[in-house]
Amino acid sequence: MTDDGSGSRSFVRRLLEHPAGRWSLATILLLVLVGIVGPHLMRYGPNDVLGMAELHNLPPSWQHPFGTDQISRDLLSRVVTGARISLGISALAVALSITVGTAYGLVSGYAGGWVDATMMRILDGFLSIPRVLFLIALWTLWTPASVWGVALLVGATGWFGVSRLVRAEILTLRQATFIESARALGASPLRMMWRHLLPNVMTPVIVFATLSVGNVILIESGLSYLGAGTRPPTASWGAIFNGAMSAAPNAWWILLFPGLAIIITVLAFNVLGDALRDVLDPRHLHASHTPQIAQAATSASLDKNG
Amino acid sequence: MRRRFAARLGQSIVVTFIVATIAFVAIRAAPGDPFSYDRLSPRARDNLRQQWGWDRPVPEQYARYLANIARGDFGYSLVKQEPVSTALTQALPRTLLLACTALVLSFAIGIGLGVLQAARGGWFDRVSSAVILICYSVPDFWGALVMLTVFALWWPLFPPGDMVTAVEHDYMAAWPAFIDRLRHLILPVASLTLLSLASIARYQRAAMLDVLPSDYVRTARAKGVAERGLIWRHAFRNALTPMVTILGLTLPAFLGGAIFIERVFNWPGLGTLAADAIEARDYDLVTGTVIVGAVLVIVGNLIADLLHAAIDPRVRDQHD
Repeated sequence: MTDDGSGSRSFVRRLLEHPAGRWSLATILLLVLVGIVGPHLMRYGPNDVLGMAELHNLPPSWQHPFGTDQISRDLLSRVVTGARISLGISALAVALSITVGTAYGLVSGYAGGWVDATMMRILDGFLSIPRVLFLIALWTLWTPASVWGVALLVGATGWFGVSRLVRAEILTLRQATFIESARALGASPLRMMWRHLLPNVMTPVIVFATLSVGNVILIESGLSYLGAGTRPPTASWGAIFNGAMSAAPNAWWILLFPGLAIIITVLAFNVLGDALRDVLDPRHLHASHTPQIAQAATSASLDKNG
Repeated sequence: MRRRFAARLGQSIVVTFIVATIAFVAIRAAPGDPFSYDRLSPRARDNLRQQWGWDRPVPEQYARYLANIARGDFGYSLVKQEPVSTALTQALPRTLLLACTALVLSFAIGIGLGVLQAARGGWFDRVSSAVILICYSVPDFWGALVMLTVFALWWPLFPPGDMVTAVEHDYMAAWPAFIDRLRHLILPVASLTLLSLASIARYQRAAMLDVLPSDYVRTARAKGVAERGLIWRHAFRNALTPMVTILGLTLPAFLGGAIFIERVFNWPGLGTLAADAIEARDYDLVTGTVIVGAVLVIVGNLIADLLHAAIDPRVRDQHD
């Protein structure tokens, strides 16, 4: 669908013409820019303890626009650094889970028979474990030392939904004439999967991936809040809350600024996901039934915490 | 119907077995074991390993693990200093109370809202869709923290946490004790409901928009059925069927949300149990919560599937 140059150019143009798509894309690019450049522009380091006795729990001021936290670290610096950490973890986790999930669904759907049946039963098992509980358990067993470890765990628990989606797609594609003719021409299974099947499932997968970035940010922040995410003093968005709220229940700035950062980011990815769906599958705006892409959107949007 | 039930029950048991196996593999693949912390001398560690059977061959451990789980024995919790099954049976009803109340409320409100959005359209649809999308993007723990700060600290309408007022509750008469329970329940349930109804309303709205252009709706309208009857009697009924599937699919999300909300409101359920296990690296407790959480989801899916068959003849006839 996005194979030839003209197709992809018109796709980008259509996305930019979509008002929600334009704005959400701009917001995401801005957030990425903040994550890359921001931490270098800060007056204070994200983990600098500025002065225990007199500088903790300060409300916003010119010196500290977002205030300071319970152990007197500059909150602006922590939120800006959090953009780098949280977006980085999420991007990595989603890249991992989409790759693994697509491969799993592809193999399962292509193989068929008992291989498919076994792989799907195993997937049923994974899908019935609530993701948050699963992550808490994995974190407890592994206790990852770095943000890479956290990204790995989050990614490892996120590929089940996309596998099921890809497999369902493959099952319908297998009937298609061009697949039959490719097989008749003697294409090898790997070539079939890579050249013929994979490009045709990419569209719903892209929508799914965009929406899952938002979900993963939510999950990662929640886990860090619980103490099963990034380790202190790492300033991921969720970790800023860890310990802060009980120490300073009235410090509204500690609640507000990192919370807004999370909400704006997640919202931007959700809106972009919806816009991508509109652009990639305009049928769903008019016709009554909308198989693949709409399904990707629903299954992703049900994944919140799931 | 009976055959379908038997088949689905068998499937559920297989899935439960797979979940238990996944948990076992995760434990064995993890570095170290429950006794690998620094304070133990190597001697004591070996003794403990022997005592809990960690020195046996892996297949034997696996068989013993499955047999124990089948008997409802999930091992011993180091944090709680009691059998995991005792801790779980205590926590489970509390989580179910929280999650099921919120589930019912958010489905009722979410479905109503979704139908209204699709039926009304216009600015109401646009504004409420935007609000719903924002609600959907709020992390559960953050939403709960805001509720707690606003309605329990700044404007203390409700208690800031726990299930009942400590000590005092034991001396209350039946009615005040009930009210006390209710007051503690409101904030957690309201948080979980508000944060969960967004995806339900979104889906119900889409299901209604799918149904509204159908021929039978047009026919009914042409025959002069009033708009309200048309929406609720004709369109809504058919747009409700997919919601049963959604019920099954949202269960893990409800449990996940409940975990965060329990932590914020200090609600002593499964989530608090799991969170307590994190720092102590309490192996048996985390595996126990994972398996019980998964079984809840599996049972919920079984119920949703049977409900689906009960209300949709096309599904019912497919398998019988």
